[in-house]
Amino acid sequence: MADTVTLKGQAAHAAASRLTPGPQGKKPRPMFSPRNIMVYGALIFAAAYYLLPLYVMVVTSLKGMPEIRLGNIFSPPLEITFEPWVKAWSSACTGLNCDGLSRGFWNSVRITIPSTIVSIAIASVNGYALANWRFKGADLFFTILIVGAFIPYQVMIYPIVIVLREMGLYGSLTGLIIVHTIFGMPILTLLFRNYFTSLPEELFKAARVDGAGFWTIYFKIMLPMSLPIFVVAMILQVTGIWNDFLFGVVFTRPEYYPMTVQLNNIVNSVQGVKEYNVNMAATILTGAVPLIVYFVSGRLFVRGIAAGAVKG
Amino acid sequence: MNNNSVSVRDLSLSFGAVTVLETLNLDIKDGEFLVLLGSSGCGKSTLLNCIAGLLDVSDGQIFIKDRNVTWEEPKDRGIGMVFQSYALYPQMTVEGNLSFGLKVAKLPQAEIDKRVARAAEILQIQPLLKRKPSELSGGQRQRVAIGRALVRDVDVFLFDEPLSNLDAKLRSELRVEIKRLHQSLKNTMIYVTHDQIEALTLADRIAVMKSGVIQQLADPMTIYNMPENLFVAGFIGSPSMNFFRGEIKDRGGRKVVEINGVDFAMDAYPARGPLEAGRKVVLGVRPEHVKVDEPGAEIHDAVVDIEEPMGADNLLWLKLAGQTISVRIAGSRRYAPGKALQLSFDMSMASVFDAVTENRI
Repeated sequence: MADTVTLKGQAAHAAASRLTPGPQGKKPRPMFSPRNIMVYGALIFAAAYYLLPLYVMVVTSLKGMPEIRLGNIFSPPLEITFEPWVKAWSSACTGLNCDGLSRGFWNSVRITIPSTIVSIAIASVNGYALANWRFKGADLFFTILIVGAFIPYQVMIYPIVIVLREMGLYGSLTGLIIVHTIFGMPILTLLFRNYFTSLPEELFKAARVDGAGFWTIYFKIMLPMSLPIFVVAMILQVTGIWNDFLFGVVFTRPEYYPMTVQLNNIVNSVQGVKEYNVNMAATILTGAVPLIVYFVSGRLFVRGIAAGAVKG
Repeated sequence: MNNNSVSVRDLSLSFGAVTVLETLNLDIKDGEFLVLLGSSGCGKSTLLNCIAGLLDVSDGQIFIKDRNVTWEEPKDRGIGMVFQSYALYPQMTVEGNLSFGLKVAKLPQAEIDKRVARAAEILQIQPLLKRKPSELSGGQRQRVAIGRALVRDVDVFLFDEPLSNLDAKLRSELRVEIKRLHQSLKNTMIYVTHDQIEALTLADRIAVMKSGVIQQLADPMTIYNMPENLFVAGFIGSPSMNFFRGEIKDRGGRKVVEINGVDFAMDAYPARGPLEAGRKVVLGVRPEHVKVDEPGAEIHDAVVDIEEPMGADNLLWLKLAGQTISVRIAGSRRYAPGKALQLSFDMSMASVFDAVTENRI
């Protein structure tokens, strides 16, 4: 019965569409409409604006000095050479050391990895406790932490120098790692708290009824659901710590300088001729790590930001 | 003590200045199906969370199986809980969800397997055991959530609006299943809902709540037929009970309620006390307790305003004594709008409330 009704309905519909010769189906949209030209034009312009410096850097780093002196910075290299890259990595001079950026690279690795892991580990537990276990004074604690995020770094540098000196950690990698961990805490805790708040509260309740305690819920329920926000935190910390210059130069000795500080010393060294190709190669090398991190995990980053930041 | 399964004594709960529950007392018998019914914000879920131990009470005591559990952790109270949003652990399979609590309790694997298998059999979810919650439909998810309470082998089941996220058809199916589950398991069940149909169909007793206070605690038929106050009367029943504001008058020894100049005789009304003349009252009559075109003690003329045929029933909206009233008649009896008809009230099934205290008289 019902089938015949629908069949009849379709037939009637088909007949009706044939009766009117006017527009039907998908509305055609011309490719070069004013709207499309505006939108894509603006996008292409913005993309070119941001990519041009990178292009100049790559091109320059692949040229020899005689070619650079010709002055045409936009022209592609006539003769490709990787010598500036090798020099930047292994033999460019910073002060007395002439072993290139490699030393700074490994210093940065030794600073970034422990700082990232420790800060994320602590901040995620902080955020979890603040979101799910509303202990006494939680709001006050959270407020203090957030206020901490708004105090300019410069204000705290000298006190921290004194504290580290008293602890005997001034100038060491450990001291710098501690500083990075502490300074990452407010924003990371906020990030994790908001993410955990956005997870359904009933999951947490169900786990409590099931008898899970603080750590069981954290490791077995919350962690497996939180990959995106951990990726976001990881990216924030890796890029932030890798790109840090101020703390690196203030809290360490020259042999522990991170890559950014060494890059500055190479680029700004006053002796001899300015080797633009080496400087460009060194800069790209230094920026490569955050760039790779973005490329590898960019999709998760966007997802995590959307999941964690919108709610709460 | 007696055979109470759950007892709540003078329970109070406040968040800062806001009092959610105030000196609430409730006894739930062993094996009883108790429904906490009320609109959102009435404190019913809060009360359930207190019983579960998920909220710390401000004052009072909670007993489960005659044991004072006021300060106990949820897992030590002998309760299983089912949530509105199912609250299944998304990264675990159905089997993992069912066994999580048992693994946390460090039960031997053989016992865990046995209990999971039994729960899966009762709820008929064996084919789903290896699936993730995201691969299940809403009804299947809620079944798993019930299973998670089932494997805990507990005395008391707590349901927090378990069917509210399901569509109408699934809701009525699972409602029957929960009732069947209760009949076979004979556990104590406390069930929170704002849906009066769920409450009336499932409950042994219903506690109607408003602003943190239990308005009436009785079996469904008493709640429906003899509501204790105006709130309960208006909350239960769809369409809602017809209310008429009026005054009790003495007409030569016979008590009547006069509404906009129309008298309604109170002879058949089972009053609890004397109906003093001059008292302002609210007369409540359910739509199905109005007879249409049938011989009765007292006939009132009315005109059909709107007719709503609903299949089994036919709902008429008409004007009487200056008010719109709804009347439920058999679906086969049809009345076109504008048709005049004669009404009589079944006063033995009516309710009369004091206009000031709003309590039944």
